[in-house]
Amino acid sequence: MGKKFLSKFENWLNGEEMPLRERHVRSLHRKKHVQAEPLPEDVRINRFIHLYHVSAVLVAVCLVGVLLYTVFHLPLFGSPNNPASNEVAQRYIEQGLAETGAVNAVAGMILDYRAFDTFGESNVLFLAICSVIVLLLRDQNNIVVEEDVQEKHEREIEKANEDIILKRIAFLIVPCILLFGMYVVLNGHLSPGGGFSGGSIMGGGLILFAASYGAARVKLFFNMRTFRTITTTALLCYALSKAYSFFTGANGLESHIPLGTPGAILSAGLILILDICVGFVVACTMYGFYAFISRGEL
Amino acid sequence: MKEFLQTVIAYRYETAAMILFGIGFINLLLQKNLLRKVMAFNVMDSSVFLFLAAQGYIEGRIAPIIVNNDLSATTYINPIPSGLVLTGIVVSVSVSAFFLALILRLYKKYHTIEFDEIMTLAKKEAE
Repeated sequence: MGKKFLSKFENWLNGEEMPLRERHVRSLHRKKHVQAEPLPEDVRINRFIHLYHVSAVLVAVCLVGVLLYTVFHLPLFGSPNNPASNEVAQRYIEQGLAETGAVNAVAGMILDYRAFDTFGESNVLFLAICSVIVLLLRDQNNIVVEEDVQEKHEREIEKANEDIILKRIAFLIVPCILLFGMYVVLNGHLSPGGGFSGGSIMGGGLILFAASYGAARVKLFFNMRTFRTITTTALLCYALSKAYSFFTGANGLESHIPLGTPGAILSAGLILILDICVGFVVACTMYGFYAFISRGEL
Repeated sequence: MKEFLQTVIAYRYETAAMILFGIGFINLLLQKNLLRKVMAFNVMDSSVFLFLAAQGYIEGRIAPIIVNNDLSATTYINPIPSGLVLTGIVVSVSVSAFFLALILRLYKKYHTIEFDEIMTLAKKEAE
């Protein structure tokens, strides 16, 4: 039984039979009108579909059951004696302010104690936008004539139907969004926020601007070249500034980066610089996702 | 029964997270539309974030942003799961964007995003 099911599943994955739904619908159709006996193959496929659905539900229910059973044996929700709240968390909170200078303990943790991890995250975003560009960039090697015609048609429709409400509201709201994004980035070490959240807010503002005023306006100040320059410079700046503190830290040297007074905007050593770098990378990446997925170019 | 309900209420966030995970997983298995599969994947991601955030919470404590120079660890919740959730969100966004780009390529080639239709068309093409 299991082997049969597996081989059928493989057949289905390889698309060896007709689309299941089509088959399904056709056999129902036949039953209704002709009242003839369905083909044995159709019966088999129908049975397979039912089996697939039933087994999927069973697997999911079993999984949820096992997970819930495990969850009920975890330490009590909200209890201070939770094993996760051990001396590591205590150290981050109690020594964090003195060692990193960041009022926001999470920012101090991810951009100082665990800055290498955050560098990896920024690189993950960078690699994601790289792969999206590889897949979707429209250059002379990747152009379909029909698409171009369709795109031109869409642009014409866009030009003919100017959305005045969207434009006016975007005119008022986009500067505020960008300013708020910068505020979140620059206050990452003082309040909730940081490079990732502020960067995505700025990216959202850019996307709104592009959607309301057209991509040509964005292209005036943000094209492929600026995109490349900003992302690579920000990542390099992150890597170099963090390499300095890793080098001094690993060799027991004195770090010459002042921590400043906690709570001031120019404090917390490298965290502000790293936040700005991450914010640039994230904003460019968010806008890049939108631009490449919607148009295939920046 | 009463005891069981009390357990569920005590672990409400974890329970909700696991049920959300199940909803996402079953949609991942049953939906034929690739876009819906990606959305189901995102629901699963969100459930993991909810679970992690719930693990870091400690009753009656405040967010780990130091106020009034109070440096005792008993005032604030655990900051580590918050940092882990941040990592998770970034990876989830990247993976979603990559999925969407792949789906767009598939759509350009086959003019459909139904999984079984794409499979059939690909099979026909291979013959």
